[in-house]
Amino acid sequence: MKISGAQMIIEAIIAEGVTKVFGYPGGAIMNVYDEIYKQNDFEHILTRHEQAAVHAADGYARASGDVGVAMVTSGPGFTNAVTGLATAYTDSVPLVVISGQVPLSLIGTDGFQEVDAVGISRACTKHNYLVHDIADLPRILKEAFYIARSGRPGPVLVDVPKDITGEIAEFVYPADVHLPTYKPNYKGNERQIKKAAEAILKAKKPLLYLGGGVVLSNATEVVRRLAEISQMPAVETLMARGVMGADNPLLLGMLGMHGNYASNMAMSETDLVISLGARFDDRVTGKLSEFAKYADVIHVDIDPANIAKLVDVDYPIVGDIKIVVEKLIGHLEARIKPERYHVWRDILKRYDELHPLTYHDSDEVIKPQWVIERIGEKVGADAVITSDVGQHQMWAAQFYPFDRPRQWINSGGLGTMGYGFPAAIGAQVACPDKHVINITGDGSILMNVQELVTAAENKLPVINVILNNHFLGMVRQWQTFFYDKRYAETDLSYQPNWKLLAEACGGAGYDVTTKAEFDAALDAALEGGKVTFINVAVDRLENVLPMVPAGGALYNMLLEHKES
Amino acid sequence: METVRRVISVVVLNEAQVLARVSGLFAGRGYNIETLTVAPIPETDLSHMTIVTRGNQRVIEQITKQLHKLIPTLKVIEHSEMVEKEMVLVKFPIEEKLSDIQTLCAAYNGGIVNVGENMVIAMAADEPMRIKHFITATKRYNPIEIVRSGVVAMER
Repeated sequence: MKISGAQMIIEAIIAEGVTKVFGYPGGAIMNVYDEIYKQNDFEHILTRHEQAAVHAADGYARASGDVGVAMVTSGPGFTNAVTGLATAYTDSVPLVVISGQVPLSLIGTDGFQEVDAVGISRACTKHNYLVHDIADLPRILKEAFYIARSGRPGPVLVDVPKDITGEIAEFVYPADVHLPTYKPNYKGNERQIKKAAEAILKAKKPLLYLGGGVVLSNATEVVRRLAEISQMPAVETLMARGVMGADNPLLLGMLGMHGNYASNMAMSETDLVISLGARFDDRVTGKLSEFAKYADVIHVDIDPANIAKLVDVDYPIVGDIKIVVEKLIGHLEARIKPERYHVWRDILKRYDELHPLTYHDSDEVIKPQWVIERIGEKVGADAVITSDVGQHQMWAAQFYPFDRPRQWINSGGLGTMGYGFPAAIGAQVACPDKHVINITGDGSILMNVQELVTAAENKLPVINVILNNHFLGMVRQWQTFFYDKRYAETDLSYQPNWKLLAEACGGAGYDVTTKAEFDAALDAALEGGKVTFINVAVDRLENVLPMVPAGGALYNMLLEHKES
Repeated sequence: METVRRVISVVVLNEAQVLARVSGLFAGRGYNIETLTVAPIPETDLSHMTIVTRGNQRVIEQITKQLHKLIPTLKVIEHSEMVEKEMVLVKFPIEEKLSDIQTLCAAYNGGIVNVGENMVIAMAADEPMRIKHFITATKRYNPIEIVRSGVVAMER
C-alpha cells in the first residue's frame, strides 16, 4: 500500500489501538492534521496550549495505563511541549509525542518555526527520532510506541519534517520491533531474589518502601499480598499513594519531607529496606548519610541505573516489580512467620499514636486539610484526583484516602506547576464515568488556565478545587521558616475573579468561604456536569507539616502545628 | 570516595545523534570527559567510542549504567585489563635539532612525518602516560603546536 507519511502516522496510531490524541495544529504538522480530519478511528482533543496537550496525554496515560499520544507543530509548538516531555520523563510516563518539523531541505537554515527538537529534547525523553527518510517512518513509529511502554516507561518524541509527511511511499506497519541494543530485563536474577527472601526472613524490622514503579508495573495486588502474608509494614512515596489502600493497617503513610512521623521513623530504624520501584529521591531520603542508617537494602527496579545511584544496595534486583514480587512470595509463603514482626509493628504503632498526621481544624476559617478530607468523604474511591504543585499537593497526598493505584495523578519528580488541570482533562477522557478533581492552588491553576476552554468545549466536567491562600504557599512557607519571613514575590493578593473567569470560558464557578458553602459548591459541581472552579478561601498561613528541612535527617521533623 | 581514572569503551549503533547522546549525557549529569574518540567499526553498522573519565566508584558505575541505558548502546566495557594507546602530532620550527627530535620520537614509536618550508611535524604513538612524558620532553625544542588524538583502548 502506497500512502503519504501523514497517513502512515494515522495508520500507526490506529494500529497501536490509540483512541484519543491530544494536540494543537500548526504549519509543519498540517499534513497530518489534514489526515486527522479525514478519519473517524480516533478522537482528537484540541487543547489550547501545546504544554497542556502533552500534560493531558500524560494524565490520560497515568489514569488508563496506556500510552498517551500528543501532537504538536514545529518551533514554538515543540518548545511549548518540552515541559510536558520533561514532566513525563521524570515520572516515567509512556508517551509518544509527534512534532512537525520544517522540510528536510530547510533543516539547519534557521527556517521559519525551525528549532532543533531532538537536540532540545534529548535530555528529557527516553528516546527521540528525527525522521530523515520516509522509508524509516513505519519502523520508527513502531519503535516509538514499543520504547515508550516497555522497560522503564517514558516519553518518546518523533520529529517529522513536513516534506516527509507529504511524501508517498510503501507502507507496511511492522509486526515486531528489532532493537538488538534495547532489551529490558523483566525477570530479575533468581539467585538475588532468593537471597533477598532469606534477608527478609532474617530481618527483625523490615520495611516495604513502595514507589511509583509499583503503579507503573501494575503490581499493586502482588505487593499487597506480599505485605499481607508477611505482615511487614509499608511506607509509600508520593508516587505510590493508593498502592496499599488508605485503610490498610500495614500502611504507615507517606514518607519523606512531608511524610508522617511513623513513616519517617520507620525508615530511620528499619533493619531491612525493601525498595520496590522507588528511586531514593532527595525529597524522600533527606540527609543521605542518616537515611535508613541501620538497614540493609533490597532494591528492585526495572532501571539498573536507579540501583545504587544514591544509596548502597545489598540486594540489587533488576526486573519488573510484579514478576519479582511474585517470585519473592513464592520463596516466602511457606516459611514466613508474620508474628515475627509483631514487636516492630507495635513500636511503629506507638510512634503513630505519639505524633499522628493531623491538623488543628477551625470554625472561623477553612483549613485546607479539611477540604481534602471532605472531598475524600464525599467521593472517596469514586474520584480520580490530580494535583498541581505546592502545598495543596502535599496536603492532598497526606489527607486524601487513596485506595487504589492510578487514582492519584501528580507531577512528583519534576514538580510542574500547571500540570494538574490538563492532566485532569486527560484523566477525565480516560475515565468518563469517574469524577475527576484537580486539587490546585491559586498559583498553579493560572499556569494552564486556558484549558477551561478545552474542558468546556469537550464537556469534560473536571472540578478544580483551588485552595486559595493568596500566596505562592510552599515558597511562602520556606520564606517563613528559612528566610525570616521576607515574602519575596509570593504574595498573590491580586487575583482574578475566579467565578467569572470559569463562567467566561463556559464553566461554572463558586467562591467559598465557609464549610457549608464548600459542601454546597462541591455537591453542585458533582451534579453540574460542567468544568468547575471552586475557589476556597483557606487559612493564609497554614503550613505543611510535618516537615524535614531540606538536607536534614528524616528523623528530625518539624512537627508542631502552631495556631496561626 | 576516592577519584579514579577509568577507560570506558562504548559500542553504539552508528546513527545520527549518537555522539550527541553520549556527550550530552556526560554534560547533563556533570560527568567528566578527559578524552573521547569515536570511529566506525569496520564492516558493521556500529561505532566504537573510547572515553577516558574520572570519578569516584559510584560515579563510574552510574556512567556505565547511564551509557547502557541509551537506546543505541550495544555494549559498555569498563576496562581493567587493556591495551591503551594514544597518538600525538607535534609541530617544530625547522631550525630545531631535527636528528634529536627524530631520535626522541623513535623512542615513542614515532618519527618525523612531514617536513615543510618552516616547520616539521613529528608523531608519536604510545601509552597515554608515555605520551605525556614525550610532550614534556619535546618542550626543549620549542613546539609550535601539539595535537593529541585521545585514547583508544582494547580489552586484553
